[in-house]
Amino acid sequence: MRKLGLACLLAALCLGGGLGGSSARADDFSGLASPQFEDVSASITALAANGSAQADAALQALEAHHLFSGADGALFIHAGEVCQNARTGEATTCPEEGLKPVRVNNRIRKVLAGVQAVRELSAPQPEERIKAAETFYTRHDAALLPALDNALSSEKVPAVREKLMQAHAATVLAQPPAEGAQAARLKAVGFLAEVGGLEARGLLAGVAANVGEAPDVRHAAQSAVSRIDWHLRVWSVLQNAFYGLSYGSVLLLAATGLAITFGVMGVINMAHGEMMMIGAYVTWLVQQGIKMTVPALEPFAILIAIPVAFVVCGGIGVVIERSLIRFLYGRPLETLLATWGLSLVLQQVIRSLFGPTNIAVQTPAWLSGSIALGGLDITLNRLAILVFAGLVLGGLMLVLRRTPLGLQMRAVTQNRRMAALMGIRTPKVDALAFGLGAGLAGLAGVAVSQIDNVSPNLGQSYIIDSFMVVVFGGVGNLWGTLAAAMALGMGGKVLEPTIGAVSAKIAILVLVIAYIQRHPRGMFPVRGRGIES
Amino acid sequence: MPHTMPNLSRRAFGRLALASSAAAFGGALGAGYARAATPKGEPIKVGILHSLSGTMAISETTLKDVMLMLIAEQNRKGGLLGRPLEPVVVDPASNWPLFAEKARQLLSVDKASAVFGCWTSVSRKSVLPVFEELNGILFYPVQYEGQECSRNIFYTGAAPNQQAIPAVDYLLSEDGGGAKRFALVGTDYIYPRTTNQILVSYLKSKGIADEDIMVNYTPFGQSDWQTIVSQIKAFGAAGKKTAVVSTINGDANVPFYKELGNQGISATDLPVMAFSVGEEELAGMDTKPLVGQLAAWNYFESIDTPANAAFIKQWHAYTKQPKRTTNDPMEAHYIGFNMWVQAVTKAGTTDHDKVIDAMVGIRQPNLTGGVAEMLPDHHLTKPVFIGEIQDDGQFSVVWKTPALVPGQAWSPWVAQTKDLIGDWRQPIACGNYNSATKTCLSHKHA
Repeated sequence: MRKLGLACLLAALCLGGGLGGSSARADDFSGLASPQFEDVSASITALAANGSAQADAALQALEAHHLFSGADGALFIHAGEVCQNARTGEATTCPEEGLKPVRVNNRIRKVLAGVQAVRELSAPQPEERIKAAETFYTRHDAALLPALDNALSSEKVPAVREKLMQAHAATVLAQPPAEGAQAARLKAVGFLAEVGGLEARGLLAGVAANVGEAPDVRHAAQSAVSRIDWHLRVWSVLQNAFYGLSYGSVLLLAATGLAITFGVMGVINMAHGEMMMIGAYVTWLVQQGIKMTVPALEPFAILIAIPVAFVVCGGIGVVIERSLIRFLYGRPLETLLATWGLSLVLQQVIRSLFGPTNIAVQTPAWLSGSIALGGLDITLNRLAILVFAGLVLGGLMLVLRRTPLGLQMRAVTQNRRMAALMGIRTPKVDALAFGLGAGLAGLAGVAVSQIDNVSPNLGQSYIIDSFMVVVFGGVGNLWGTLAAAMALGMGGKVLEPTIGAVSAKIAILVLVIAYIQRHPRGMFPVRGRGIES
Repeated sequence: MPHTMPNLSRRAFGRLALASSAAAFGGALGAGYARAATPKGEPIKVGILHSLSGTMAISETTLKDVMLMLIAEQNRKGGLLGRPLEPVVVDPASNWPLFAEKARQLLSVDKASAVFGCWTSVSRKSVLPVFEELNGILFYPVQYEGQECSRNIFYTGAAPNQQAIPAVDYLLSEDGGGAKRFALVGTDYIYPRTTNQILVSYLKSKGIADEDIMVNYTPFGQSDWQTIVSQIKAFGAAGKKTAVVSTINGDANVPFYKELGNQGISATDLPVMAFSVGEEELAGMDTKPLVGQLAAWNYFESIDTPANAAFIKQWHAYTKQPKRTTNDPMEAHYIGFNMWVQAVTKAGTTDHDKVIDAMVGIRQPNLTGGVAEMLPDHHLTKPVFIGEIQDDGQFSVVWKTPALVPGQAWSPWVAQTKDLIGDWRQPIACGNYNSATKTCLSHKHA
């Protein structure tokens, strides 16, 4: 079917060329106008070899999505108002209708990346040459070997040379073994064994498993694989520890606010997750606002959102405490039901205001991607959340230990009547403490908006985990919350790779229940008379 | 981001607002149409059973809106059998038992002539006994795992052979990267488990070895993908071309794709083919790091046909949101609703048995070209498209099946069901007919 289509197309092209002598002729460009990716790919390779200024311009236009095909195989570079004939470079007027972008898929992107890498190999900046060598390292394309040899012969910068050698070794090894290539392959195995990493391991494992390979090469590859495996295992333990810490820090952020409202005040606040959700929506609003007013500040909108979310959520918290919670002190069941109802109301309000679908909170460039640290891959947004969680916890400790509000809060928790008799206005302290808890949830919302989806349901996925952390850590103890968050995070990430995410979740829940059975007050129980009542 | 304030007010004001908005819509577009006779008589009730609150509201609210639009449009064209259509909207609130309750209410209290609803398979499984007991009609618009064929349900979404199998064929092909190793990642419930069971057996038939298939399940709403993405990365670095097939559901997709982007996995290294990610899900994401990731559907908003352009225009005018996306299940409802209208017209009555019998063989043009036909097993013929995510949040179609694919209720790739067919025409009239032994396992569903 597709073959037939291609034949028809070619026939049409030839016919068009023969009869009208129009722009459609079978040249290096003609494949670009084809609906078959195979033809597009062939055309790109031909154009790269062609090397003329027009061929380069066409390839660059293709990368930038500026290359279009017309009705009769004519090709245009159409960027903004400018329109050129891609074959000749002449300025022309693009047809109004029937202009289709040249089709690109992953296969074409890959071919283009290869072409670009070949171009970059002779770039004046060493960074670009390194980037090109890194592309070749993962490509293993035999056709690129001459280009690599050529580049190696003229390369002076040691860092680039190193990368080129790696790419060369990988490309050599990826080819099927040939007569007389044994020495070269053995050398390549030794080189890749030094490089290490997943990519090298994959190649070497392929060599070790290949029966057509010379025995000593296979043997060398095999021992290299086991050495790399050992390294990878060590790094993967560290990597998992980082994942655990990062997951723990998200739990910690979600739970600190609850540690105040539930842990210190004893209010079962089921709407805690919704405060996080509102924090995330505030982040989005701040981003949109800054985008419209001061676009230059856009990358830092997330930082501005932090205090805004704290104030907005804290304010909402105070309002909730004054209008609802204060009538329910000492009645945990009613509090639970009322706040649960409140959580549904808040969800539906947000759903009505912003729609039920996810909203796109932007991740600024400085929070995207990852940095490699030895064999570790540290994703920047997770690292930022880890640091942020630490700062929030530290800040909260300071507030509780070093400010009058903290002192009064602790006094009210320990003995409400005594505190009142000493002249502390307990209703005000209650309202501020609840507001503080809600504000902290808002901060968690800002952080979570960077890793999770922001929809009215956001809070629901965190509320159970937050309660688990607070109860497990010991109600009323911030250090306990920290320890519990990290223990649950680490535990989850240690179990996940071995028994799967679903079973890990169940196992953690069972372990926590078993622990709470034996130690009902959690890991770090608060002792004292005030708590008993 | 579009705001959906009009939805709430419309819901709150109920029929009054619906009628007025329909009138407003009619007024806006009416100039070009010859106005049909105003429908009279007792209204025909159409049930809409989609969650408007809870976790599934994110996906299902849109389907409620599209049904209201289709019904308003039909009323403007003169109703059905000269009678007006009246939508009955209920909210099962993403609560599976509540689905069954609301379905019972629609059928026995409201006497709905047809019900359009459900999204998750578990909600469909929960209403199925109700529809069979009360002999109702349900149109189910979402791609699903197959292995079901009820007389009372019309499956207008894709069966596995209309989505999963062609998608894997693409990944195996030269254009799709010629994958030799597959990671099947999904949320832990019936749809991914059944689909993956079918896919594993299909991949093995294509010569993929056991050790080259990795299957991983995660809980609903999984938000921490760090370890799983790094596992996939390690799995993909074994020297063979690897692809990921994702049956991850709903909200869990956004953190999954974010993690892929952050760990530097691009579509050219490790393409991810998703079965549950559409234009709606992408609306909440920055798609620049995702360019080239794949999805398999029977409809894409970006497909350029006059019918689709008209549908999108109508949708934007109806919702008053010029950027609101359209998606595959919306098209399924469009096809299902129009088929039901045809079947009622053909039967001359809304009697459930007569309409069910009239449905088989009804043909309705797809929005993306070709004609959908209701098959004897209550599934449709559909074109299958593979789309690649673009940086504008839309999909560009990179492949389509050469012909329409007829839906198969029972998968030939599962040993227990390979001989089963569904055929609700006389004389077989059976949803699980064993074509080898020529027996009907049960005259109800499976």
